[in-house]
Amino acid sequence: MKSSQRAKVIVIPCSGIGKPLGSVSREAVYELIENARRQVTDTICLALLIRGDKEALQVVQNNKCITIDGCPMQCAKKNLEHVSGNLVASYRAVDVLKKHRNLKPKSVTFLDQDGKKLAVALAAEVATKVDEILGR
Amino acid sequence: MNSSERKVGIVSCSGEGCVEGTVSRVATRLVLEKYRPSNTVTICLPLFLAGGTEERAFATEHSTITVDGCEKLCAKIGTERHSGKVTSALVVTRLTGKTHQTPCSGRRWSDKDLNLSEKVAKQIAKEVDKILNSGGN
Repeated sequence: MKSSQRAKVIVIPCSGIGKPLGSVSREAVYELIENARRQVTDTICLALLIRGDKEALQVVQNNKCITIDGCPMQCAKKNLEHVSGNLVASYRAVDVLKKHRNLKPKSVTFLDQDGKKLAVALAAEVATKVDEILGR
Repeated sequence: MNSSERKVGIVSCSGEGCVEGTVSRVATRLVLEKYRPSNTVTICLPLFLAGGTEERAFATEHSTITVDGCEKLCAKIGTERHSGKVTSALVVTRLTGKTHQTPCSGRRWSDKDLNLSEKVAKQIAKEVDKILNSGGN
């Protein structure tokens, strides 16, 4: 993240690589930062926090952060808490799936149509929280 | 244990911050699904911290290849810090010689990106074969 973008809300997905909902969480973040709230959100590699990158740690400690996890292990949330990140909200793709039982995402590498629809629905929920955080 | 039963671990950085992170992720999935499905397993990198002892034992139980998008080497450093020494470490930018340093999902994926992922996947598969042929677990 560039210094000129410090006012943005940082949205971090788990990016789980083994199940479709990890890909959904990742896609939801891209939907937010590239489309739904592109001016006011940004992301950062979760892996940088695991690595202990100092610049990344400063970003998550000095900015409001939202995590989006695919599964109940909540890796994004737990890793952010582990590094004392400024966590203001956390979401789980599995919870949004329960509200959209007609959607059954199956693919991991490239999301199928149901996965993409679920990602958009998840991003819409998070976008509402971003607006709340920013007082919009 | 014969070669079809051996499992090599592959850990991808999955970096959200640059397109090469997406390439490393897709390449890893291609190896798991297409190139060496019988001989490879993966684990989510963040699970080393969020999970338990079983997850942290991954790199000690499997010969492990890390796939990083950039020179930050998050997958390699994270795996070695929390799980165990890796057998091989690949970096996408070393294969391409350049970096985009911008986030990119699979939504705007071009044939060029997919070709690069295939190239990285084949490189990973070669490393898998080297490990299996050397008798690694």
